[in-house]
Amino acid sequence: MEKLKDTLSQCYLAFIVLFMYAPIVTLVALSFNNGRSRAQWSGFTFDWYAEMWADQAIMAALRNTIIIAFVSAFIATVLGTIAAIGINNMRSVSRNTVMSITNIPMLNADIVTGISMMLCFIAFGVSLGFHTILIAHITFNLPYVILSVMPKVRQASKDTYEAALDLGATPVQAFFKVVLPELMPGVTSGFMLAFTMSLDDFIITHFTRGAGIDTISTLVYSQVRKGIKPTMYALSTVIFLTVFVVLMIGNFAPEWLKKRRK
Amino acid sequence: MSRNLLELQNITKSYDGQLILDDLTLDIHENSFVTFLGPSGCGKTTTLRIIGGFEKPDKGRVLFDGKDITNLPANKRQLNTVFQKYALFPHMSIEENIAFGLRIKNKSESYIKDKIKYALKLVNLDGFEKRSIDSLSGGQQQRIAIARAIVNEPRLLLLDEPLGALDLKLRQEMQYELIRLKNELGITFIYVTHDQEEALTMSDYVVVMNQGYIQQAGSPEQIYNEPENAFVADFIGDSNIVPGVMLRDYLVRIFGAEFKCIDAGFGVNKPVDVVIRPEDVEIVDDDDPRAILHGEMTHIIFKGEIYEMECTTPDGFEWLIHSTELHEPGKKVGLYVKPSNIQIMNKPESEDEEALGVEE
Repeated sequence: MEKLKDTLSQCYLAFIVLFMYAPIVTLVALSFNNGRSRAQWSGFTFDWYAEMWADQAIMAALRNTIIIAFVSAFIATVLGTIAAIGINNMRSVSRNTVMSITNIPMLNADIVTGISMMLCFIAFGVSLGFHTILIAHITFNLPYVILSVMPKVRQASKDTYEAALDLGATPVQAFFKVVLPELMPGVTSGFMLAFTMSLDDFIITHFTRGAGIDTISTLVYSQVRKGIKPTMYALSTVIFLTVFVVLMIGNFAPEWLKKRRK
Repeated sequence: MSRNLLELQNITKSYDGQLILDDLTLDIHENSFVTFLGPSGCGKTTTLRIIGGFEKPDKGRVLFDGKDITNLPANKRQLNTVFQKYALFPHMSIEENIAFGLRIKNKSESYIKDKIKYALKLVNLDGFEKRSIDSLSGGQQQRIAIARAIVNEPRLLLLDEPLGALDLKLRQEMQYELIRLKNELGITFIYVTHDQEEALTMSDYVVVMNQGYIQQAGSPEQIYNEPENAFVADFIGDSNIVPGVMLRDYLVRIFGAEFKCIDAGFGVNKPVDVVIRPEDVEIVDDDDPRAILHGEMTHIIFKGEIYEMECTTPDGFEWLIHSTELHEPGKKVGLYVKPSNIQIMNKPESEDEEALGVEE
């Protein structure tokens, strides 16, 4: 009986994993398929990766995507960490209000955020381009950073900050030597989260990018409309692996750091 | 007495319109072990935080060695604090924790190394340099917190209920450690606690606080033996606080019986409060000529070293008595108190003073 239960629960898990990853596995497999057919395996090749690598448009989009993800995640992390500390020091009524306000953009449909940002840029006469994508990404990343730093801020005792002052540190020294290291796990995961959110955003980028600039997701979208090419499979595989690696680092880095310290 | 290291002058502080400290004035002598004692919310921690520089008083001045430091930030003060929850830096080793203050002051690494070794020896944790904070017990963490503070050679060490989180046995051990440390270092300690036993054991000078006021300040013996008001008498140890009338100098009437005492200067037929410690009430035979009051034993609890008993006198008052001799409930007895063991206090005069007193 117990054994049957075990087998059943393992099958259940296997099915879930299968449903979740079968499409991605198919995609990865097809990116190595020597042929344009989607239904027939005609041998292994790296050709699509080579072609992708040689494609100027793809490379430019890739560069844009990574720069925007990195810069927007970095700025959002700095602003978000400062905000989390500030919000935590508020009185409880205003703290709850501010937290709700910062959470709304996260719940808001991307299409609404995207269109409203585009309208806002146009209304204020800001020409759309790289900078507007960046601003948009910082904006939608901010709540994720606040949300992941907040628990650490609450956990960290005010005492350690005061202890640092007591031992002669200036408020700035106390922040960088004592407070920030305590918040670091939250800050790192906030950064990772923001980085991946930015990396795979399509809708908001689509509305705020303007002509002449593409990120991977907008490029794929426009190429797919003309007819899908296996280079896109290769590109999607690269994106998937990047996100996968970043998430793994985000999950295991804090544990690993902890072990290394001991 | 030696000169003043710290002077608090007319310190007033309130939060959200609630008065925490009301016009508090206090001198602290160099090289003394001073304890702020009081129930939670009495203002003792706020006073410590004002001295440490973490709070600014609304009114009043803080003088350190004669210089006004009221507006000096915490990191510029020549004093260090041992926090209630230790406040060690969790991402640093023990060594790095202790070195923190010295590194901020850019001391040489060889100096720092010597200091760490010295401090760890002083708190009986030699060889713990490389250990991590979470591998330590509560008592050990507290020792590290003390080591981290004293390597900076403060002239004044503030301790905010540092033993509060430790168990009884460890707490008693640490009390002796702290006294030894104070004597070895020759610096001034200000210690905050709500534990009256701790205060009496360790201090040279006890400041009893309640509701933002200093109720009484003096040596532990003075505080215990000559409480100035009902709050102090009640807060420091157990006591019998009874209403009485001072008939004339050296004679007080309690529940119709006349007791000789050693206090004078209260006037004639003046209502007073009388404090008698439970260990000072002597139980004698009912027909003993020394007996001043007569009553019946009502309760008994065995407390280890002593029996804690209650004796009810005809007026209904239950006298708390501590004695090594057992007197069974139901027994009729006589009560006697030596004149020197009777402490007379003025009754609170105004309502304001009344509010400070014991809440029944």
